[in-house]
Amino acid sequence: MTAIQVIFYAFSAIAVFSGLMVVVSRNPVRAALFLVLAFVASSGLWILLQAEFLALILVLVYVGAVMTLFLFVVMMLNAEGVITRESFVRYLPLGSVVILLVVGVIVLVVTSTHVDLVNVPVSQPADYSNVANLGLVLYTEYAFPFEVAAVLLLTAIVASISLTHRPSVNRKAQNASAQIAVQAKDRIRLIKMRSEKKNSPKKAGQ
Amino acid sequence: MISLSQYLIVAAILFGLGIAGIILNRKNVIILLMSIELMLLAVNTNFIAFSHFMGNNVGEIFVFFILTVAAAEAAIGLAILVVLFRRLGNIEVEKLDLLKG
Repeated sequence: MTAIQVIFYAFSAIAVFSGLMVVVSRNPVRAALFLVLAFVASSGLWILLQAEFLALILVLVYVGAVMTLFLFVVMMLNAEGVITRESFVRYLPLGSVVILLVVGVIVLVVTSTHVDLVNVPVSQPADYSNVANLGLVLYTEYAFPFEVAAVLLLTAIVASISLTHRPSVNRKAQNASAQIAVQAKDRIRLIKMRSEKKNSPKKAGQ
Repeated sequence: MISLSQYLIVAAILFGLGIAGIILNRKNVIILLMSIELMLLAVNTNFIAFSHFMGNNVGEIFVFFILTVAAAEAAIGLAILVVLFRRLGNIEVEKLDLLKG
């Protein structure tokens, strides 16, 4: 067994184990942390597949940003304590049948001779840059989809802010357009009233 | 060396675990979203394995875009979840029966 095989089996075992724990763990915080472990193990597998840039992006963006967001939401909603096992047990037969069918069919397909790519590709030389290679394709052939993806992220920002934003109830903000559009008759109001006597007893004290 | 089939089997197991998480979990919508992330991870692993063994990097470009879409999906999904929690007070899957589906 070569070193690469040892690394592969170790990362695969960690990924499968932590994926299982994501599904079966009661505590959502623990599930999120096991999902982080699954991402890290998968990024190790991606490094073995010589996709260095995407492996780093997986750790930086997924573990660093998306899973942090998940943890924030889990802790903000505080939905633990009500979790019972009854539904889990009720759907366990159906779930295990479905997972066995799906995994079995996929394994049958990918291990048969239909998958013809048995020859291992030549490994790249040491000065080969996966990032440069990816960037060369991404910014030339796929420049338009890249910009569409940027617009998609902008849409996600606008959507999530507009969904969760609550206007403050007693905020003392100025209404600038009302201030500019003010007329002279809005500024002063003339009220007709009777004149009062000079030394009225009420005002004497003041 | 590691063959393509081995990578695909690992990804298939992860994908099946994601499906099982969606079926089994009737309590927490957040774990549902995590299962979807697990399935996306398995699909990305498939793409990268094929890209490596076929010797071109178009699959990696595709994974790049999938990561973008998945990040946007997670952000919007969690925002919807926060709004849902504010309205209903819980996020259990079985109690989200407002549409009588």
